[in-house]
Amino acid sequence: MILSDFNLLSIRVLVPEIILICSALIILLLNLVVKRKETLAFTGLVGTLVSAYSSFKLYALSLSGSEFMGMFAFDGYSIFFKFIFYINIVLTIFISIRYISIEMASFGEYYALLLFATSGMMIMASATDLMVIYLGLELMALSTYILTGILRKQVRSGEAAIKYFLLGAFSSAFLLYGISLTYGLTGTTNLKEIAVAMETLNLLGSPVFLLGLIFFIVAFGFKIALVPFHMWAPDAYEGAPTSITAFMSVGPKAAGFAVLGRVFFEAFGSMHVQWSSILIPLSVLTMLVGSVTAIAQTNIKRMLAYSSIAHAGYALLGIITGTSEGLSSMMNYMLIYAFMNIGAFAVVIMLRSEGFMGEELSDYEGLAKTRPVASSLMLIFMFSLTGIPPTAGFIAKFYIFMSAINAGYTYLVIIAVIFSAVSAFFYLRVVMYMYMKEPKAEVVLSTSTAMNIALTVTVVSTLVIGVFPSALIELARMSLSGF
Amino acid sequence: MLKYTLIPLLPLIAFVINILFGRNYIKDKAHWIAVPAVLGSFVLSVSVFMDVYAGNVINLNLYTWIVSGNFNVPIGFLIDQLTATMLIVVTSISSLIFIYSIGYMHGDKGYHRFFAYLSLFVFSMLILVMANNFLLLYFGWEAVGLCSYFLIGFWFEKKSAADAGKKAFIVNRFGDFGFGLGVILVFLTFGSLEYVEVFANTGSVLGQTMNILGYEVDTITVICLLLFCGAVGKSAQVPLHVWLPDAMEGPTPVSALIHAATMVTAGVFMVARCSPLFNLSPDAMTVVAVVGGITAIFAASIGLVQNDIKRIIAYSTVSQLGYMFLALGMGAYTTAIFHLYTHAYFKALLFLGSGSVIHALHNEMNIQKMGGLKKYMPVTYWTFLIASLSISGIPGLAGFFSKDEILWRAYTGGDLGKFLWVLAIVSAFMTAFYSFRLIYLTFHGKFRGTHEQEHHLHESPPVMTIPLIFLALGAVGAGWVGIPPLLMDHGDKIGEFLAPVLGHPKGEGTHSEELFVMGLSVLIGLAGIFTAFIMYLKKTDLPYKVGSAFQPVYKLLYNKYWVDELYYKTIVKPALIASDKIFLGFFDGRLIEGVVNGIPNLIGSLGQRLRKIQTGVLSHYGIIMALGALVIIGVMIFIK
Repeated sequence: MILSDFNLLSIRVLVPEIILICSALIILLLNLVVKRKETLAFTGLVGTLVSAYSSFKLYALSLSGSEFMGMFAFDGYSIFFKFIFYINIVLTIFISIRYISIEMASFGEYYALLLFATSGMMIMASATDLMVIYLGLELMALSTYILTGILRKQVRSGEAAIKYFLLGAFSSAFLLYGISLTYGLTGTTNLKEIAVAMETLNLLGSPVFLLGLIFFIVAFGFKIALVPFHMWAPDAYEGAPTSITAFMSVGPKAAGFAVLGRVFFEAFGSMHVQWSSILIPLSVLTMLVGSVTAIAQTNIKRMLAYSSIAHAGYALLGIITGTSEGLSSMMNYMLIYAFMNIGAFAVVIMLRSEGFMGEELSDYEGLAKTRPVASSLMLIFMFSLTGIPPTAGFIAKFYIFMSAINAGYTYLVIIAVIFSAVSAFFYLRVVMYMYMKEPKAEVVLSTSTAMNIALTVTVVSTLVIGVFPSALIELARMSLSGF
Repeated sequence: MLKYTLIPLLPLIAFVINILFGRNYIKDKAHWIAVPAVLGSFVLSVSVFMDVYAGNVINLNLYTWIVSGNFNVPIGFLIDQLTATMLIVVTSISSLIFIYSIGYMHGDKGYHRFFAYLSLFVFSMLILVMANNFLLLYFGWEAVGLCSYFLIGFWFEKKSAADAGKKAFIVNRFGDFGFGLGVILVFLTFGSLEYVEVFANTGSVLGQTMNILGYEVDTITVICLLLFCGAVGKSAQVPLHVWLPDAMEGPTPVSALIHAATMVTAGVFMVARCSPLFNLSPDAMTVVAVVGGITAIFAASIGLVQNDIKRIIAYSTVSQLGYMFLALGMGAYTTAIFHLYTHAYFKALLFLGSGSVIHALHNEMNIQKMGGLKKYMPVTYWTFLIASLSISGIPGLAGFFSKDEILWRAYTGGDLGKFLWVLAIVSAFMTAFYSFRLIYLTFHGKFRGTHEQEHHLHESPPVMTIPLIFLALGAVGAGWVGIPPLLMDHGDKIGEFLAPVLGHPKGEGTHSEELFVMGLSVLIGLAGIFTAFIMYLKKTDLPYKVGSAFQPVYKLLYNKYWVDELYYKTIVKPALIASDKIFLGFFDGRLIEGVVNGIPNLIGSLGQRLRKIQTGVLSHYGIIMALGALVIIGVMIFIK
């Protein structure tokens, strides 16, 4: 390291991450003295908001470029993703408070780990160096492994965590192998320098270089649950506490997409033909397995797990295009997905009460008769996940499909629309169960103020983005200006 | 801007509140949400009308919903004279119907649901009339159809109601399909969906043709006819009129709302809105006029012999809508809207009055089992009488002015116009006849129902009769804004008001001709009333004699020209046979199974199979991942 290059001022771009990590440490300490676990949740919330504020301040400085010798970027792209992560963690905290006490898992570590995982994601979004990406990815992954298994008394939770951990370690090996191959050929781990080295050393046709690229696809594909690297997802999603399922179906996925976008656009931009020809069959396979297997599910968490796999397939279209329009559509997709998916999980969590799991599809029979508000919320989230206007889900799909058509992938859009129609079957089945069937028993809802806030935020965002999408579209487009 | 947005928003808010909190919290207080909302819309509409009257025509783009290349979807309102008039009609009639429903639906277990759907219905209709582009119009159009399905089938436990709801929805699909194609063709032709841009560019499209099955046809005519398809469905014109008479299976306030303020008027409004397009296609105009004229006499003749009180009024609506299309086809758009406006008041009054009668008789709808209700229900009787006089075209009442103007426009509309005028005159006679047949059989003479029913006869509560009185005021005075210049200088205020949007009707005639047309229509109306008087009050055996003397005609009319049976035999039955016999029989069930169940089954079983890959065994997962990576490497590096 050349110390003269190290500027103390460059620390400031890390302030949001530093705040989050400090808040996590404070929570760990407070956990020893504070009895009420809500205080810890509140601390986490404050930490997140302060961090978000500092991110916003940094953004307002309108800096661009990267610090730490080009290892850590602070551009619109990373800020956009960081706000997805903030939204993700805040909503997760809100839906967790009551739920984890029902599940008897109110450990202080829970909130600390959420913060650690989120800071890992934020590092991933900003990383412009393969080693930094690896660090962020591991910080995020290790925290989520533990969160998955935090229900120590439930066998399926522990099982899910072990599977997730071992397969995750497997995928990390792919990543490291890819990094070492790339480093061996180019002599650098910096994304921009890799792109330069590719030109000067004429690596375009090198099979070893391509091998490295394939390993990156495997490793990042694992994080966003692309078929066939998705095997961990259904088991982990079902076994994890539902609030964590919501958290990790959005956060790590968005982080994975952030890295995928940056690595492929910045470092491997000139190999678009190669990587898109790998990603196209993977995206079709992902849509197929995700939406078709979801039909066979009777457990709603598992169904949403497969739905989340299918959504990764749609969002991948944005990357495949290789255009900035596609990239910004993918960013929108992730943000909208955060709202509608966490909203749907929030309703699932509400049904969980002492002595009642509320995870089976049949538990939703006739819910509209006994719980009209909860059912209409679920109806909106299901419509949105299907992509029916005027919900946000329609906007997400519309723009991603438009970008793919404009980039000349019309056949891919036709396939995607067909799977979208297939997915309507299992989303609207939930609606059908709620509205067309007679209730079996009165369902007790576990509501709380925090939960109500989370539901209000998610449903209002889902509808408002659906009706007034242009501001968001513009924001995503502008975030890419320095990219 | 807020003012305009609030007009449709208030009913929407009422819908959301009632549908979410109706069952558990609001229950029988649902009207406290819905009625103030619709009254608020009414007050705002009046204020908007004042603005427009003062000359403030507004084309307001609230924002652009979707921007993508050259495909833009704006959301906005066009508030001009036409919209302002429609706003007044829709919100004033709806307000009265909402209030009436408090009494009529009292104690129904779906009370909150009823007000929720009613509010949504009004919201959809307001969006439809306020839209400034075809896509928003289409949204309102479909939403109105969906709401009518909910409301006609409101008592879905009753099979006939559920069937009627389905029938309305399916018949409308036929028309809406054409309408949807029309909207798409508008976009393809003009490259825009906004009224302003489309209507400004009609000149460049004039004379342009398109190839359909080898024929070169005028593009504008095709657009107009496709749009008119939608109007035929929504406004129940021949041959898609069959759903409207069945729609009376819904609660009576719904019938009133559908027949007077929302839904059926949408077609008339749409054609008037698209008048810049229709004006350029004489062929399309002829089709509109002929369909209208035929519908007018066709439906009126069926109304002559029906015995169900609501069915008679339903056919009268179909017939009156025919008049409106006749006027539209003659290019007299202002006249059509004028009749739409007066008709709304007396038709809502007729339906709500019949609802009052049905309420008193505990759901008896057969007028042969009524009679002598005058002394039990004086308010209902007098208001009903006013509405009937109005629809029969008695001078001074609302219906007289608008109907007379339509007859006059037909008379001056050339040879075709003269022919349609004859149809309209005959229909006018029939209208007066069946309206007073209804009055005499229901309110005069002796009560023909059971003693039990007679014992319970009562006037409806004030919450129902007060709306009747207000509507009666409308049925009397609504026409005074359209007095023909012949009788009063500058009397045709509504015509002048609407002229900037809809233009002046063509056709000229002398004063003496105009007097002749007017006099004849009054005479015809009186003759109809008098005939009914003779047949149903003086010589009460006459109807039976006439009926048996003209047995075939009577049967033809009573069975509504067997149109329902015709459709059943030619469309419904063949479709059923095709699915039942041919597919099930011929292909031994395999084909139909294949099509209907096969695809979902295939996907389902694929799902079950894919699910099996998810064994839960960790080593399998690892192997699949590794295999996946190997396959990619193999394909990318070694095969290539």
